[in-house]
Amino acid sequence: MQIKGLKDGLLVTLGDAAWGILQEALLNRVEEQASFFQGARLVLDVGNQVLKSAELSALRDTLSEHGITLWAILSNSPTTESTAQILGLATRIHKAPPAEIRAAKGIDHESALWVARTLRSGVRIEYPGNVVIVGDVNPGAEVIASGSVVVWGRLRGVVHAGAQGDRDATVCALDLSPTQLRIAGEIAVAPARQGTPKPEVVHLKNGRLQAEPWTPG
Amino acid sequence: MTGKVLTITSGKGGVGKTTAVANLAVALAADGKKVVCIDGDIGLRNLDVVMGLENRIVYDLVDIVEGRCKTRQAMIRDKRLPDLFLIPAAQTRDKNAVSPSDMIRLCDELRQDLDWILIDSPAGIERGFRNAIAPADKVLIITNPEMSAVRDADRVVGLLEAEEKGSPSLVVNRLNPAMVKRGDMLSVDDVYDLLRIDVVGIVPEDENVIVASNKGIPLALEAKSRAGQAFRNIARRLNGEQVPFLELESQGLWDRLSRLAGRR
Repeated sequence: MQIKGLKDGLLVTLGDAAWGILQEALLNRVEEQASFFQGARLVLDVGNQVLKSAELSALRDTLSEHGITLWAILSNSPTTESTAQILGLATRIHKAPPAEIRAAKGIDHESALWVARTLRSGVRIEYPGNVVIVGDVNPGAEVIASGSVVVWGRLRGVVHAGAQGDRDATVCALDLSPTQLRIAGEIAVAPARQGTPKPEVVHLKNGRLQAEPWTPG
Repeated sequence: MTGKVLTITSGKGGVGKTTAVANLAVALAADGKKVVCIDGDIGLRNLDVVMGLENRIVYDLVDIVEGRCKTRQAMIRDKRLPDLFLIPAAQTRDKNAVSPSDMIRLCDELRQDLDWILIDSPAGIERGFRNAIAPADKVLIITNPEMSAVRDADRVVGLLEAEEKGSPSLVVNRLNPAMVKRGDMLSVDDVYDLLRIDVVGIVPEDENVIVASNKGIPLALEAKSRAGQAFRNIARRLNGEQVPFLELESQGLWDRLSRLAGRR
C-alpha cells in the first residue's frame, strides 16, 4: 500500500489482493496512524478491483467514522467507476487533458457503456466512448461521453456527446427534452416541446445541433 | 417484537419532514402502536418543539451514544399518548457526534420492544442524512409540489438506490388544489412522473399546521383537520391498510390520483 500527499488530500494506492484483505490493511493503517489521517480527504486507487456499491459505501462510512472523507475512487474497471459515480464520488482527480491529446488516442466505436437504470439528479456518468442508457436521464443528471449517447427513455438532463471533439457523435432519445445538449464544442438548449414526444436524433450540421425525428428505414 | 425503522427525509429543507414525523408518530400511537421518534438533526433540533416536549428533555441521543445514560432514560413519554416516545437530538453538538453504526446499534435495541421507530433526518445529504438512513428498513421521502424540492428528492432517491436501501415511498406535502387547477403548481402526477416511486400520501396545504407546531400539538390529534386526516391515512397505509386518497381536487385529477394509487 502506498500513501502519497496530493495538493488537496491523500492518495492511497492499494496493491493487488482480495478486497477484504486490502480493506483490512487500510483500516489497520488508519487506526495505527489515527492522528495523521484525522480530517484527511482521501483518494483511493483501487486498480483492477471490481466493487459493488455496498462495498464502496460501507468503506466510505467506516472511513468517515475515523474522520476521513473519501472523495474519489480511481479505478481501471468501468463497473467500479460507474459505481463510484453513482455514489457521488469523483473518479478523476486532475482536470482532463486537452481535447486533441485525448482524441488522438482514439475511441472504440464498436462498443459502449451499458447503463440499465434511470440516472437521477446528481449522477454524472463520464465515459471515453459510446454510452447507452436504458432508463431516463432526469434533470440534474449528466452524461459526458467521448462518443455517441443513446437514451432509451426520456432525456431531461444534460448530455455531452463527442466530449473530446468528435463532431460525428450523435445523441438519440425516445423523448428528447434535455436541459442542455452538447456535441463536441457546440451547445444547444431544447425548445419547449409541442405535442407528444417522439424519438429523435441530434447531429451536428454546419456547426449547429439539429434534431430530426427518427424514422424507420 | 421486532419494530420497523422508518426514516423520513427530503434532501431539501423546510418541506415538512419534522411535521410529518410528529404527525405520523402521533397517528401510529393513537392507533395502538408503540412508537419512538428520534430527532436526527443534531445541533438544530426541533422535533421536541413540534411535539410540545421541549421542557422535559434531560438526556438526548448523544448521551445515549456516548453512554452517559440508558436508552430508556432519554426516551421522553408523550403528554397525551402513553405509547409514544421521543429521543431528542443534542443541541450543543454536531452531526459527527453520532455515526451510522451507532444509529444501527440503537435501533436494534429499540426494535426489541417497540412497533415503530421513526427517524427525523436533517436536510441535506451529508453525515446527518447518512446517520438517519443507515438503520432504515423503509424510507419515506417528503416533497413539496415545486421543482426545487422535487429535484432534491430525485437526488435522494438516487442515493438511496445506490446504497441499496430499496425504493423509498413518497409523500407530497403542501398541495394546494386550487393552484394545481390553475396550472400554477405541479400536480401529484407531475411529481410522480419524475420520481417514479410509490406515492403513500398527499397532504393538502393547511395553515393550521403552523398553528399546531407553535402550540406543540400535532394536527393528527385533531379529528376535523384535513392535513391531520391525510397524515392519519398515511399511518394506516404504513400499517398495510388500503386507504383511498382524500378527495382534494376536481374529478379529472381525482381519477388520475386513483390511477396513481393503482400503480403501487
